[in-house]
Amino acid sequence: MKQLSIKKFDADPPKCDCEGNGRSNGDKVTPLQSLQPLSIPMAGAVDEDAPCCGPKPAPPSRPYEKSGYRIVHFVKDFVKTPVGDIPRIETGLKGLDIGGTIRARIGISRDRYKVAPGLYCVGSPDNESPVLVTANYKLSFDSLRKELAGLDAWILVLDTRGVNVWCAAGKRTFSTEEVIRQVKRVELEKMVSHRELILPQLGAPGVSSHKVKKGCGFKVIWGPIKARDIKAFLKNDKRTEVGMRQLTFTIRERIVLIPVELSLVVKPSLAILLAVFLLSGISPDIFSLSAAWFRGLNGAAAYLLGVFAGAVVVPVFLPWLPSRRFYIKGIQTGVTAGIILLLVLGQNITRLESVTLLLLAVSVSSYAAMNFTGATPYTSPSGVEKEMRQGIPVQLLAVVVAVITWVAAPFVS
Amino acid sequence: MKDFRYLENVTTLVLDEDKCIGCGLCEVVCPHTVFKVENPKASIIDRDACMECGACAANCPVEAISVTPGVGCASYIIQRWVKGKDAVIECC
Ligand code: SF4
Ligand code: SF4
Repeated sequence: MKQLSIKKFDADPPKCDCEGNGRSNGDKVTPLQSLQPLSIPMAGAVDEDAPCCGPKPAPPSRPYEKSGYRIVHFVKDFVKTPVGDIPRIETGLKGLDIGGTIRARIGISRDRYKVAPGLYCVGSPDNESPVLVTANYKLSFDSLRKELAGLDAWILVLDTRGVNVWCAAGKRTFSTEEVIRQVKRVELEKMVSHRELILPQLGAPGVSSHKVKKGCGFKVIWGPIKARDIKAFLKNDKRTEVGMRQLTFTIRERIVLIPVELSLVVKPSLAILLAVFLLSGISPDIFSLSAAWFRGLNGAAAYLLGVFAGAVVVPVFLPWLPSRRFYIKGIQTGVTAGIILLLVLGQNITRLESVTLLLLAVSVSSYAAMNFTGATPYTSPSGVEKEMRQGIPVQLLAVVVAVITWVAAPFVS
Repeated sequence: MKDFRYLENVTTLVLDEDKCIGCGLCEVVCPHTVFKVENPKASIIDRDACMECGACAANCPVEAISVTPGVGCASYIIQRWVKGKDAVIECC
């Protein structure tokens, strides 16, 4: 099917003035109307190429293209400045961005999804325009630029190793030193006449504003937590209202975290499921394949329901589950899931086996729920450690009892 | 974050009001409205909302605030239990 479509580029002016938007149309692929590739009118093709078949040549290279570099799709063009050409970026997200967001959200390519650190701009900024600082995780960068339509601003992207602002601040890659390093590297003092940087508030754990001032002369102004409040913040004399400074954890914010949580347990789960099937096969005749399969399926169902109860149900129903402790929330959902499983299995299993399945679902759910603390924006490490000291012994005990009774069950009955 | 409360009396947050010069930054950077700064010093108004992120301590110009910042993540804490306090830990 490849031959039936051809990249269609806008005819480019021979000389580029860096103002055109030819680049942004370059990615569109238009299906060919006719089935004969040779009959395509070769607009702009040079005469001596005439006998040569195949797609028409790409437009001439832009003056700012460099060997060894590729211009990323969100760059509109480049702006000439005293410190070199600065990429001007689009504020709208394209299919490529949205596809990338989805992949990152479900845990594929999450670790490598980054943009090059350095200076970018939107609109037509001058030396009075604000400088917005962000992380080089592509999702952080996208969520900022999509809020900047109509604004003239500089964007300074720090090298946070492709990690978002909040986590990078916790890991100290969104840091005082990195802010100072990038400000110096891009020679920001030559770009703007003011001496202010606007940082997202969630970067504050990693950045000491007074040390930044000492290190590079720029004053840090703490901007809103959410990029969507940027415009209101700029209008409000660069001051955040109380609401812009408070973290939220809405059901939507919780649900988007679930796929990544699940993708993290895929690998250990495979090993655990294998163990469940093997343990299920142990029988009075040493090993029974049919038992491994049929009992194993019940065990696997209990395990997977436990994961679901802890890593999906708990995040969704977080504020409505009684108890502040996550491991208890996980026990609550795990018991519910386990009971549902037992109702479905009915008379097909022994009483001992039902107890085991329930214990397995509960311990897995409790552990998965406890792990969700790492993704919430309100759990203190001291609190998490405290509940882990209570939760882990309970979970371990449940698992050990479950394994023993599961293996013992065929011998007892 | 009023709908979410975590465990009480666990935070390591300490404010030394004598050192405070009332600059107001702790109130600005805290994502859980733990501080209020008025005439002329800071005070802790909602201690149990603190998640120990460390933003206030990092930004207090006179080091009037101390808190043990950390990652509230179970696998991180388990690794620290197993490998010891100073080990290099891979986390979420
Ligand atoms: S550690 Fe973070 S949550 Fe706690 S008071 Fe300081 S800024 Fe607020
Ligand atoms: S940041 Fe420090 S000096 Fe400033 S108000 Fe808070 S405690 Fe006081």
